[in-house]
Amino acid sequence: MSWAGPEDIHLSTSLASYLDRKLLVLLRDGRKLMGTLRSFDQFANAVLEGACERVIVGELYCDIPLGLYVIRGENVVLIGELDLEREELPPHMTRVSAAEIRRAQKAEREATDLKGTMRKRMEFLDLD
Amino acid sequence: MLFFSYFKDLVGREVTVELKNDLAIRGTLHSVDQYLNIKLENTRVVDQDKYPHMVIQCVDYNSVFSFCKLSVRNCFIRGSVVRYVQLPPEGVDIELLHDATRREARGG
Repeated sequence: MSWAGPEDIHLSTSLASYLDRKLLVLLRDGRKLMGTLRSFDQFANAVLEGACERVIVGELYCDIPLGLYVIRGENVVLIGELDLEREELPPHMTRVSAAEIRRAQKAEREATDLKGTMRKRMEFLDLD
Repeated sequence: MLFFSYFKDLVGREVTVELKNDLAIRGTLHSVDQYLNIKLENTRVVDQDKYPHMVIQCVDYNSVFSFCKLSVRNCFIRGSVVRYVQLPPEGVDIELLHDATRREARGG
């Protein structure tokens, strides 16, 4: 990810071609951040302006505003350019409030935890 | 530097990048750098049924997929999160790679 001159920005692997664009940043913990790239370096450390986290639970989603974010490069999995004309999610997805998505998230987490404990209890049966 | 040069030769080819989080993304290799960071164009999600070993266990990643598929046409992937890169069979010249490896091993 070297510094590239203006003429070869679009040919290089540098993030320079994404500057001032609206991006989707996927992090190692699975979080999805969206925002405008204002700065970056060779480690893929990045500054996102107007960042928000898109939380998706099943068919529900919510964009939680975060403000200005500096992301440490090691946490970055993927940086994708958002097509502003097609940014919308599939029509069956419903936008809900932050409180509602937190509730849905909690319910989902509890469901997975429950599945985990059930499995643990049945482990002596050697299911696999 | 061998693999860096090797990937540079693959620019323009269609590759599938499988990440450490089990996400697999297919696209045209746009560029690569010395960290093996990769830029892909015309990205799409790998068909889960076709690659059963790439089944995504985590529900969350599925939603990432449906999201990426719709709106992200090109992306930058950090080299450190890549597990495999699947190459087009015609993109691999074993003889050339052998020679280059030997040359590198000899220190030249």
